[in-house]
Amino acid sequence: MDFSLSPEVVEFRDEIRSIVREFVTPEIADRMHTTGVFDAPELNLELGRRGILERACPGLGKGDPIEMYVMFNELEKAGAPYDGLAVALMIAAVVNKLGTDEQKERIIPSIISGEALVCMGYSEADFGSDVASIKTRAVKDGDEWVINGSKMWTTLAQVAEWLILLTRTDLDLPKHKGLTMFILPMSTPGITVEPVHTLGTEITNATWYDDVRVGDEAVLGGENNGWRTMTTVLAFERGVMGGTNAGVPLLRHFHEWAEANGVFDEPTTRERMARSVIDMQVATLLTMRSAWIAASGGMPGLEGSMTKVFAVEAYQRASRWTQATAGPAGLLQFHEEGAAGEGFVEYDARHSPVMSIYGGTTEINRNNIAERHLGLPKSR
Amino acid sequence: MSVDLGLSPDQESIAELFDGFFSNEAPPAVARAAEPLGFDRDLWNKVIELGAPGMGSAPENGGGGASLGDLVVVAETVGRSIAPVPLVDHLAALSVLTDADLVSGEAIAAVAVRPADGNGLWSLVPTGAVADVVIGVDGDETVVVRSTPPMSGPRNHGSMPIADRSAREGTRTVLGSASLFDTVLDRWKLLTAAALVGIADAAKELGVAYVKEREQFGVPVGSFQAVQHGLADLPVAIDGGRLLTHKAAWALDNVTDGLLDWANNDITDGPALATMALLFAADAAVMATDRSLHYHGGYGFAEEYDIQMYYRRARGWSLILNDPTTVSLSLADRLFGSVEG
Ligand SMILES: Cc1cc2nc3c(=O)[nH]c(=O)nc-3n(C[C@H](O)[C@H](O)[C@H](O)COP(=O)(O)OP(=O)(O)OC[C@H]3O[C@@H](n4cnc5c(N)ncnc54)[C@H](O)[C@@H]3O)c2cc1C
Repeated sequence: MDFSLSPEVVEFRDEIRSIVREFVTPEIADRMHTTGVFDAPELNLELGRRGILERACPGLGKGDPIEMYVMFNELEKAGAPYDGLAVALMIAAVVNKLGTDEQKERIIPSIISGEALVCMGYSEADFGSDVASIKTRAVKDGDEWVINGSKMWTTLAQVAEWLILLTRTDLDLPKHKGLTMFILPMSTPGITVEPVHTLGTEITNATWYDDVRVGDEAVLGGENNGWRTMTTVLAFERGVMGGTNAGVPLLRHFHEWAEANGVFDEPTTRERMARSVIDMQVATLLTMRSAWIAASGGMPGLEGSMTKVFAVEAYQRASRWTQATAGPAGLLQFHEEGAAGEGFVEYDARHSPVMSIYGGTTEINRNNIAERHLGLPKSR
Repeated sequence: MSVDLGLSPDQESIAELFDGFFSNEAPPAVARAAEPLGFDRDLWNKVIELGAPGMGSAPENGGGGASLGDLVVVAETVGRSIAPVPLVDHLAALSVLTDADLVSGEAIAAVAVRPADGNGLWSLVPTGAVADVVIGVDGDETVVVRSTPPMSGPRNHGSMPIADRSAREGTRTVLGSASLFDTVLDRWKLLTAAALVGIADAAKELGVAYVKEREQFGVPVGSFQAVQHGLADLPVAIDGGRLLTHKAAWALDNVTDGLLDWANNDITDGPALATMALLFAADAAVMATDRSLHYHGGYGFAEEYDIQMYYRRARGWSLILNDPTTVSLSLADRLFGSVEG
């Protein structure tokens, strides 16, 4: 095996690092925690201006999965708010693959320039893991579609320009077959956004759709083909767009605090720290493997599930022990005097639980591994 | 030079050859029959015929010149089969030993993984019960001692041929300073890690096969989600351990002055990676054997079933160096610098 990045990728990585140094400032981190929006427009614009988003987008530019892995890994390790970027790039790739020429021209430039974000409306109040059962309806009315229903957890809806929306268009077909995906501007009349505050500071949303009218230009990937569009989205994510190395900045913040407070000489602390460093290394290797499979023409869906299960729990372990080791100082929040890791230790203990929930829960991923990798019978 | 996380065609053939060899010549019954000593001379003779003992040695010394990545592939097959032959220890010792009878495998070499005590005693040396040559640290020197193996040792959890050996009695050669031994120990950790990945992999296979067959309540027990989820963690740990082990091999073979930048998760230092691989693979093997044994129900506890042999070796092979806390703390020193005072 060869674990070295090609000279070209090293150059790409170094460029990302220099952008990160300039744009991922403590002020940006502060802002994400006060606004609840995990996105940095100035960072996106810079990446867009330099052509990096186009270069990294699957199907456009170079579309090298190794570069995509490197980019999101660097952003994540630096603690940059990259969630908005990840969704936007993923959707740009889907539009590029499944969209009409008209859609590509209308939508993609706004995304790869770093200007526009996309929010995803799949989950509903009553359907999360069983997302294929969603009820939001789209009904044909002459040349138009009329959409009615509501979505839950529509993250970034308060700032996004585009919405990708999963709807039910045929009640008679089996649940996976009667779905249609739309992509429409958030400014379309009839959409209401209400904030949902979370444990991890991030503000997501509940969204409502009342007689929202769009034409066929908003259908993405074909009528009743919504499930295929969903799986295409997931295939592009491939588990390489971040979410697998969140413990790295935490360990850095914790270490600074522990050194300064004489805790770092404790054997227990050093042992735990060494163990978490191993976990983070394994998590990044598993992520790199998905990227490598994709780069070799494969579809690392299952490997993505495996990576997520491991990486998420590794982060949660790190969060648990760092906070416990810090004791009372691990309870103090950002800007409080004496807060462990400048408040990140406390913050990560609030943020880490979500990682085993969104984007497919750990149980759903384990079901996948058991059935598709181990070949066990469908569970009961 | 660019990312390639697959086995090379050569390595695929090596894996196939050795997996085939061990499943023909060393099914679990062979390991069972070799207990408690954990050594089968006939099998070792066949390993010699394969040319395996000198695989990693330089061609000018009569060896095969295989890369560490190749040896990792071989070590994993040893773990998968729990074959009662000291190939892992022998290959590690031969990172610096070049004697012709060692390269051929006629004589067996062992690695004294912990330094000798004040009286020159290497305690509980893995393969010490059967090795003709032992390499290790005595005082501030790396020494090689040739002496008659006891061919017996304390009965132990992993049915391993371990024994105390003297660092002073026998034909003793001083190779150089104690730091020279680092290369040997790094390779020992690496190959032991690979063997533990093999144990984990075999335990997973045994567990999965069992739960597909065994029925309770009229259905295979493998259809229960609690059982599925316990098993689903195993391939993740196995793949993670395999990747980390191969990264360590790659770094030891190709990287000088590797990075120890843990704060950015940029680690290419071979010795650190070898220790990381050992700790991780040990956990993977322990977890895989725990769960696989458990999902066998009562039969897993019965001596007659093979999983208990893997269960014991997972612990034996991973604890023989030292307790994991001590090993983790040595890793911490390398990663974070040692504690002053
Ligand atoms: C902060 C945040 C942001 C999000 N952002 C978005 C977004 O932008 N767009 C979007 O569409 N969605 C988003 N989601 C929704 C997310 O994808 C869902 O929360 C997730 O899929 C789980 O669905 P649920 O919350 O309905 O939980 P449920 O599906 O009700 O699950 C409850 C529990 O039951 C378990 N469970 C469910 N089914 C099974 C099964 N078959 N086997 C075993 N266990 C099972 C689950 O693992 C979980 O532990 C977000 C969620 C959060 C918390």
